[in-house]
Amino acid sequence: MKIHEYQARQLLLDAGVPVPRGEMVESVAAAQSAARALFASGSRQVVVKAQVHAGGRGKAGFVKLVRTVDEAVDAATFMLGNRMVSVQTGPEGIEVHKLLIADAVEIAHEYYVAVLVDRGSRTNMLIASAEGGMDIEHVAATRPEAIIRMPLDPVRGIAPYQAREVAIRLGFRGKAVAQASDLISRLCTLHRSLDASMVEINPLVLTPPTSSDPDGKVMAIDAKFAFDENALWRHAEVEQLADPQEADPAESRAHEFGLSYIRLDGNIGCLVNGAGLAMGTMDIIKLHGGDPANFLDVGGSASEQAVTEAFRIILSDERVEGVLVNIFGGIMQCDRIARAIVGAARTVGFRVPLVVRLEGTNVAEARTILEAAKSDIPVMQTASDLSDAARKIVAAVGAGAAA
Amino acid sequence: MSILVDGNTRVICQGITGAAGAFHTKGCLDYGTRMVGGTTPGKGGQKDANGLPIFETVTQAVEATGATASMIFVPPPYAGDAICEAADAGIRTICAITEGIPVQDMVRVRAHIEANPGVTLIGPNCPGVITPGRKVAEGKWEGGCKIGIMPGYIHMHKADAPTRKAVGIVSRSGTLTYEAVWQCSQRGIGQSSCVGIGGDPIKGVDFIDVIEMFNADPETDAVIMIGEIGGSAETEAGRWIRDNMNKPVVAFIAGRTAPKGRRMGHAGAIVGGADDTAQAKIDALRACGVQVAESPADLGDMACKALKLA
Repeated sequence: MKIHEYQARQLLLDAGVPVPRGEMVESVAAAQSAARALFASGSRQVVVKAQVHAGGRGKAGFVKLVRTVDEAVDAATFMLGNRMVSVQTGPEGIEVHKLLIADAVEIAHEYYVAVLVDRGSRTNMLIASAEGGMDIEHVAATRPEAIIRMPLDPVRGIAPYQAREVAIRLGFRGKAVAQASDLISRLCTLHRSLDASMVEINPLVLTPPTSSDPDGKVMAIDAKFAFDENALWRHAEVEQLADPQEADPAESRAHEFGLSYIRLDGNIGCLVNGAGLAMGTMDIIKLHGGDPANFLDVGGSASEQAVTEAFRIILSDERVEGVLVNIFGGIMQCDRIARAIVGAARTVGFRVPLVVRLEGTNVAEARTILEAAKSDIPVMQTASDLSDAARKIVAAVGAGAAA
Repeated sequence: MSILVDGNTRVICQGITGAAGAFHTKGCLDYGTRMVGGTTPGKGGQKDANGLPIFETVTQAVEATGATASMIFVPPPYAGDAICEAADAGIRTICAITEGIPVQDMVRVRAHIEANPGVTLIGPNCPGVITPGRKVAEGKWEGGCKIGIMPGYIHMHKADAPTRKAVGIVSRSGTLTYEAVWQCSQRGIGQSSCVGIGGDPIKGVDFIDVIEMFNADPETDAVIMIGEIGGSAETEAGRWIRDNMNKPVVAFIAGRTAPKGRRMGHAGAIVGGADDTAQAKIDALRACGVQVAESPADLGDMACKALKLA
């Protein structure tokens, strides 16, 4: 689940992590008053940022630095209702409904700080670098010694001395050490208390020294959160941050039925149980010269109704010219899939070729059900194994395209 | 011989009265597993549909039955706790079938397991472990141990295998494991044991742990490993195999055609600095002398070749 930058800012603020002043707006008028308030309270520059679930905003022209209220209004007028096309969005782009209007603080230095679950060390890990900003991946690739990696105790989490050590190694001095180590500790605690899979601050900044802050101020400029979907049941506060305007309707519907569905670019719909087999099925379709239209894992305990819904989702994709069902039943009982196929033929209707390969738990019952339904579903063929299934669906779709 | 479990292993089911727990307890019993009871808090003293005793706690179940292995079907919010309960009660082999345990729960559970040497956790989010039994009649096996949700009938004991050879299988994916088992059985290759290590980022045994066991098991003639995109466990296993393995290894890595995720942030990419795509793993494994199948349908034939049967 993804959240917007303005929501991430709020989570940080609530956890006591300093961020620049600012607010989220949904209209040009609100953008105008937000900008006016910032300039009135001492901002020299203000940044107007589109709030969409995609990166590459800066290069796409959807992050603008402005010096006057009028410039802020111009930027907001351009962005709101416009579609942002960036390297991460695809050619159709994403419509912008929300903006963040924030103080563009002066920056003395940019850092990078993140906390994530690390498979390798099997615990949470703090990652930091004194070379934050745009090219952190380049830094990691070319000069790995510039990246600090600190595994955190799985039970205690971060200790204050560890946070201090990281702050010192990042180069903070004087009063900024306490600010930075406090921020790092809070970030680690927030990561765990929200069941985030990743929290990333890039950049974390130190502002230039002033008379009130002789060692500068430490604050988070931009933050990204990724959440563990398996823990959302205990985080209603996170779940309600989901933006329905940003979700793919088919993917949302699949999610409601406990199905894992991702739309792809091909024309062969896939209905498979298990993520590994689903990927393997996509791989073998491609090996036989076909192109999968989706990834769909019905999981182990999907009801007949959920499987029927899976067919409805696949078949409502106009590009689908054939469907491959590949089930190796363990938890999933094959007869449930067979009944769902028969049900879907009645309630949804198969307009394209269907190849069914079933093996595993209750496969004998399933074969009997399909055999009995054969005359009602003329587009259906059964397959004896995985290769046979891939060959048949690729041939059937190819024949359809030729005709 | 086999690894982890055999026909003498006494097994309980945690969550024995839930729909999945009950269904698969029966499946394991039918396969010949020595199921000796289960737990469901609040139902202690009752019997399940198969006449097995139900206990309130794992400690009670262990005391009464001598169980050394557990199969966990407890729902995700409570499953992490169930794993710790099993470890503290003296269960040696814990199979956590439950899918959807929060990863932060698993971070703590993993630390708890590491503090209990001698306890092996398999999973979570996995099909379990099976050591096939001898087939004594249609639909009837003896001397095997199935702990989990895999369909038993697809497996074959080495002594029943026309080739008299057996592979050990270790896999991150449940259903792809069945696929590999089925292809081997159809080609007359038995299985010593099959271990589903599960797909979660923080889990119990990993590829190297299981491959090391297979390397030491005299009944295992070759190993099939099935990995997928994400993480670096397959690549590390490749290096271990290159340096230590004295049996052939055949692999498949799922997800070559998986779309590049709309990745958030950079942390994942910079933590290991390693490329975790399917192709990168395939290249790394091949460089370590592992035979990697292009298609999941080729695993059986490649196992034949590795065992010099074709």
